[in-house]
Amino acid sequence: MTVYVLCFALFLVGVYGVLTKRDLIKIILSTGIMGYSANLFLILFAYKKGAVYPILSKGEEIKAMVDPLPQALVLTSIVIELGITAMLVALAIKLYEKYKTFDITKIRRLSG
Amino acid sequence: MPVETWLLFILSYMIVGSIVALELKNILASIVSIGIVGLGVSISFLFLQAPDLAIVQFLFEIFALIILVRAFAKREYHEEKAARVSGVMYFITVIVLVAVLVVSIPVFRALPPFGDPIMWVANYYLKNGAAETGSANLVTSVILDYRAYDTLGEVTVLFTAILGALTILKVRSKKEEREEDEDE
Repeated sequence: MTVYVLCFALFLVGVYGVLTKRDLIKIILSTGIMGYSANLFLILFAYKKGAVYPILSKGEEIKAMVDPLPQALVLTSIVIELGITAMLVALAIKLYEKYKTFDITKIRRLSG
Repeated sequence: MPVETWLLFILSYMIVGSIVALELKNILASIVSIGIVGLGVSISFLFLQAPDLAIVQFLFEIFALIILVRAFAKREYHEEKAARVSGVMYFITVIVLVAVLVVSIPVFRALPPFGDPIMWVANYYLKNGAAETGSANLVTSVILDYRAYDTLGEVTVLFTAILGALTILKVRSKKEEREEDEDE
């Protein structure tokens, strides 16, 4: 259970960054931290004590294996996170070109 | 040492590392030290018996570092001041987040204990996966056979995100275009 709590604490560090930092780059990094901890939480759920990874090999008896379902879902989720990071970075670059700053307290006007 | 002890160690290390990365003044150091969290997640995946995920996470970390450094390294950077909220609000934010953590502990107690998952669906996959799909790696058999429609949807999301990023970078506002026309 302590592992779950620590994983949630990592998520809250990401929330803290999003709420208090004034720098766009640090906000992007904070969303990354939140993504990491969400993925890790799902995999923590899948772990079974004394089990091995779910890959079969010839001539070996099937022992207890960990849950393959969350692993399969997280695998694609990690890749999607990369796409999201790239999109956030693109938005940040556009904002920088317009306002010449990454400080979000100075980005106030919304005009096209 | 049992797996749980290792995980506790790595997770505390990652929490400290992420706080340090967010509080550093130099933005390049901040981007690099966020790698503590990503590579820590990768090592945790190895301990949790998910080798494919560990490799993907490692690659993700490298690519994210390249994208972030390439995008932000050359730009003129402002001096970072204190947090964007005032002193009182800052403390209220921290206290509320800690309170959320403390209040949520009973929720984690209600979850199945660590190392003892509910495997209703997974037992079917583990028993019949190799015979039905012919794949030795059962994670692959879930991704590409049992949950192939999910994977298709996720690939669509990834494609849309990359398309969005390219569109945002390419599009220019009308004002800029007009200015360029006037220059010509």
